[in-house]
Amino acid sequence: MINKDLIAASSTPIVLAILAEEDSYGYAILKRVREVSGGRMEWTDGMLYPVLHRLERLGHVEARWQVAESGRRRKYYRITPGGRAQLAEERRQWQAVDATLRGIWRALYLPVPASHPVSAAPLPQGT
Amino acid sequence: MPAPGDAVSLEEQIDRWRSYLRRRQAVHSVDVAELEDHLREQVGVLVDAGLATDEAFLVAVKRMGSLDALSREFAREHSDRLWKQLVVVPSDSGEPRARARTDAIVVFCLAVAAAVLIKVPALFGIQLDQEDQDAGFYARNLSLFVLPLLTGYFIWKRRLDTSTLRWLVMAFVAAGVFANVYPFAPGGYTESLTALHLPIALWLVVGIAYAGGRWGQVDGRMDFIRFSGELFIYYVLIALGGAVLTAFMAMIFQAIGIDVEPFFESWLLPCGAVGAVVVASWLVEAKQSVIENMAPVLTRLFTPFFAAVLVTFLGTLLWTGRGVDIGRNALIAFDLLLVVVLGLLLYSVSARDPLSPPGAFDVVQVVLVVSALLADAVALWAIAARITEFGFTPNRVAALGENVILLINLAWSALLYIRFLRGRGSFTGLEQWQTNYMPVYAVWAAIVVIVFPPVFGYI
Repeated sequence: MINKDLIAASSTPIVLAILAEEDSYGYAILKRVREVSGGRMEWTDGMLYPVLHRLERLGHVEARWQVAESGRRRKYYRITPGGRAQLAEERRQWQAVDATLRGIWRALYLPVPASHPVSAAPLPQGT
Repeated sequence: MPAPGDAVSLEEQIDRWRSYLRRRQAVHSVDVAELEDHLREQVGVLVDAGLATDEAFLVAVKRMGSLDALSREFAREHSDRLWKQLVVVPSDSGEPRARARTDAIVVFCLAVAAAVLIKVPALFGIQLDQEDQDAGFYARNLSLFVLPLLTGYFIWKRRLDTSTLRWLVMAFVAAGVFANVYPFAPGGYTESLTALHLPIALWLVVGIAYAGGRWGQVDGRMDFIRFSGELFIYYVLIALGGAVLTAFMAMIFQAIGIDVEPFFESWLLPCGAVGAVVVASWLVEAKQSVIENMAPVLTRLFTPFFAAVLVTFLGTLLWTGRGVDIGRNALIAFDLLLVVVLGLLLYSVSARDPLSPPGAFDVVQVVLVVSALLADAVALWAIAARITEFGFTPNRVAALGENVILLINLAWSALLYIRFLRGRGSFTGLEQWQTNYMPVYAVWAAIVVIVFPPVFGYI
């Protein structure tokens, strides 16, 4: 189970990225999250909507009502150019976090003795 | 495939879920629609996977998250929604929007018409700022400059039929005649009585137009009472705003050596005052259910205080054994007291759910009414003893008449209220009594306007 703060922090890039693939609506977005994460990201369904509304307010996505093939009216979301820029920015930040964590994990997994000449880990002091 | 019986119960369940969600202020109906679409799709997928409908519904609702958490999230995202905004012209397109816009245009035109109308007599040399007879003319006719236009708005809005329309027009024509044909002594008693009572009588005419075809029903008249209270509050608020505007205007123009007082006295104040009546009415009409009614809130706040003051007054009276020192204007003061108490009663009645059982607030209400009655009885007793000494001026007779009318209303209300508290009567009886009594005030006001001047020799 992934904790609440992480879910909240990652919700913006995840939603924007899914919408960057194609226009979508609430249920389908959640389904895609589950697919991509292999079921490890469990969102409470209702909580997605305030996120979508916040993105809409910020101008990262725009919404329209449309009649779906089921015959019901459904609210579809589309990413805006501003949203794409935001996604790029989020991606840059997350990659930095990701790279940092990777580095640390690797250092933890292969603790390199100081005498050992060859190291897989990018140690700060170098060789 | 779900059985038809299941399908019905699913619809019912979704209905119930939807109505729970709708009660949350931060969740608007479009959001409910969006969430409902989600819920239905989830249920559909789960049913396809082999769950029974009601199981699927439960799972879908569970996945949606608790309503409290959900509405908290929505409130965090849409904090503005917790503050209800009065939107006169709705932002979504379609027929309601067009209608609201027409409404706004009509109101604007009527407000301008009222503002123009009050300046028309000036064309004929009747100036507002003169201190003699003309001031009397404006005082007597003030209500005739604005109430016909307000009535016109409701006639248009409610699409009244011509037979009602004819009666309303006749009432205004008669009011115009009685206000202007009598040879009033300038600045006399009867003239100021007419100025004071004509609006009261004509307010009933506005009420008939407001209620549309529903004047005959208790609900229709009760709505008019609610409308009147809210209108009063909105009008006071608009007047405060106007005062700020005027003060600001006077200040900045003073800085460049221009005195705006003449403009204010002969244009801004009269035109603004009459126009604001129409605008305030329209705002009250538009807001109705959107924003909490203010009058009942104020009533609830002040009823205990008034009750405490009156009970203390009576207690002191008994304890010290002081006689009531009745001055010449005491009668009017006690009339005003009864009006305030009646207002407090009326607006708490207007907001009360008739079906809810008696509570502590009802007891306070009864204490208030009974102590007001006792205080008034003491005052009346003292006045009756000295009425011959004071003499029967028109003012005093009018005030006495009003006192009796209010006394009868409150006494019977107290009786009905006590019966309700003791479980012997319904609350609707009280509502009925109050709304049925409304024409009495108007009839008395009409008598003061029509009969008093000739009887008292136009003094």
